[in-house]
Amino acid sequence: MIEMKNVYKKYPNGIVAANGIDIEIKQGEFVYVVGPSGAGKSTFIKMMYREERPTSGDIFINGTNLSSLKNSKVPYLRRQIGVVFQDFKLLPRLNVYENVAFALEVIEETPTVIRKKVMDVLELVGLKHKARMFPTELSGGEQQRVSIARSIVNTPQLVIADEPTGNLDPDTSWEIMNIFEEINARGTTIIMATHNREIVNTIRHRVIAVEGGLITRDEDKGEYGYEN
Amino acid sequence: MKTRTAGRHFRDSLKSISRNGWMTFASVSAVTVTLLLVGVFVMIMMNLNKVADDLEKDVEIKVIVELTADEAAITALQDEIKNTSGVAEVQYSPKEDELNKLMLDFGEDLRLFEQQNPLHNVFYAKAANPQDTEKVAKRIDRLDNTFEVKYGEGKIERLFSFLNTSRNVGLVLILALLFTAMFLISNTIRITIVARRRDIEIMKLVGATNWFIRIPFILEGMWLGLLGAIIPITLVTTLYYNIHKVVAPKLAQGNLFELLDFSPFIYQVNALILLMGVLIGVWGSFMSVRKFLRV
Ligand SMILES: Nc1ncnc2c1ncn2[C@@H]1O[C@H](COP(=O)(O)OP(=O)(O)OP(=O)(O)O)[C@@H](O)[C@H]1O
Ligand SMILES: [Mg+2]
Repeated sequence: MIEMKNVYKKYPNGIVAANGIDIEIKQGEFVYVVGPSGAGKSTFIKMMYREERPTSGDIFINGTNLSSLKNSKVPYLRRQIGVVFQDFKLLPRLNVYENVAFALEVIEETPTVIRKKVMDVLELVGLKHKARMFPTELSGGEQQRVSIARSIVNTPQLVIADEPTGNLDPDTSWEIMNIFEEINARGTTIIMATHNREIVNTIRHRVIAVEGGLITRDEDKGEYGYEN
Repeated sequence: MKTRTAGRHFRDSLKSISRNGWMTFASVSAVTVTLLLVGVFVMIMMNLNKVADDLEKDVEIKVIVELTADEAAITALQDEIKNTSGVAEVQYSPKEDELNKLMLDFGEDLRLFEQQNPLHNVFYAKAANPQDTEKVAKRIDRLDNTFEVKYGEGKIERLFSFLNTSRNVGLVLILALLFTAMFLISNTIRITIVARRRDIEIMKLVGATNWFIRIPFILEGMWLGLLGAIIPITLVTTLYYNIHKVVAPKLAQGNLFELLDFSPFIYQVNALILLMGVLIGVWGSFMSVRKFLRV
């Protein structure tokens, strides 16, 4: 479902964040992306939904070559991918409910379906009682859960999460992991960048280690492998 | 686009108007000032134009016929004038009529001339294009049996050149005003959009198309334009109503020229103001949101 071929990314400031990445991820896989801060994990992830474009190399999502994808088609690519952003990216003027509903409004879902799906997913992340609150009125962890809710509300085939447990207490982290496990069990591909050793070492999945823009390790049911 | 999406955009744009209170106020003020100036200006220009047209229409060529010309020669001359290129119409006024006109102006004392009328028979001609009056008059002058051809030489040339300059100056001023307004408004709207560039970025990242993002902004621009048109329309209408009430009767006595009638003129001006407000707002939003969509 995801394929990268010799992907190289140099930011305008000269930093090389991907230095020849080759990877293949199949439908239904659960993949942890680990590595030290600044290793290029977010860049690796951002190129999948074309927030960033590689300087050279090719990326295929479900057979679509992202480098030849027209700008006007990018929204349709992004609708197939649920993204939990490292910085949440919630719309500050919309409340929790509206933020989650937004992902369904762009695909012109009917109001009844929207209401049902949004309330279900808010229930799932434990924020039903805060549906009317605005992002600034929420804690970091709560904002993160809204971001997670928005990424899965549309039941996408692929969920990409950039440190989705970064701001959560251990209990909530495990709850979120349960949600990911559950949607993964339904066949959704999950790619998750994380610094959480305990989770990686407990719920074993494929581990891709990134360092200096290169994949240094790729093993099934691997370990976190770094000293925190 | 589905109706409910349209409804969402509609609500969104209204929400944004009220949420961005101060920027809304600033944009609407800019639109208001501009439309007011444009409205008043158009009003003045259109009326000047009307006056110019009226004056032009009054420009006549007076063809005084030789005393020696007999009935047949006069008829022949009438045909010749009619066939002269650039002539729109000819009217014959025999010397008896001319005397009557004089009597109207100077009184019945002139009645004693009725037996021995010293006046000439006259043709009044009008040029198809008033601005060609001089040329046409010269052509008529070349015909036989014309004693003299008059058309208010000198005076009308000056009138025409004055009218032409003021028309052109007015047009240039209106255009300049419009451009300033568009620039001003697109800048104001841009400020409100810059404040929301992060929103736009986020919307795009979660799969919104450009139009999905653009439409609420464009609607917002439209509201700004409509709101900005309210005061100008009210003021321009009241202003013209009152001016018309005071000035029109005075001009009617002069018989030389008139103001444009209140209706439909004022509706046309108002429609223009409304249309321009909307165009300015929509165009301003469209231009401002454009460069933030490249995410
Ligand atoms: N937009 C950008 N412009 C320029 N340089 C960037 C940009 N984004 C990231 N970088 C650089 O690219 C490198 C990789 O960054 P990236 O965000 O991918 O790291 P990361 O592995 O996600 O780190 P973290 O674990 O802290 O999130 C870093 O050195 C960073 O400074
Ligand atoms: Mg990162």
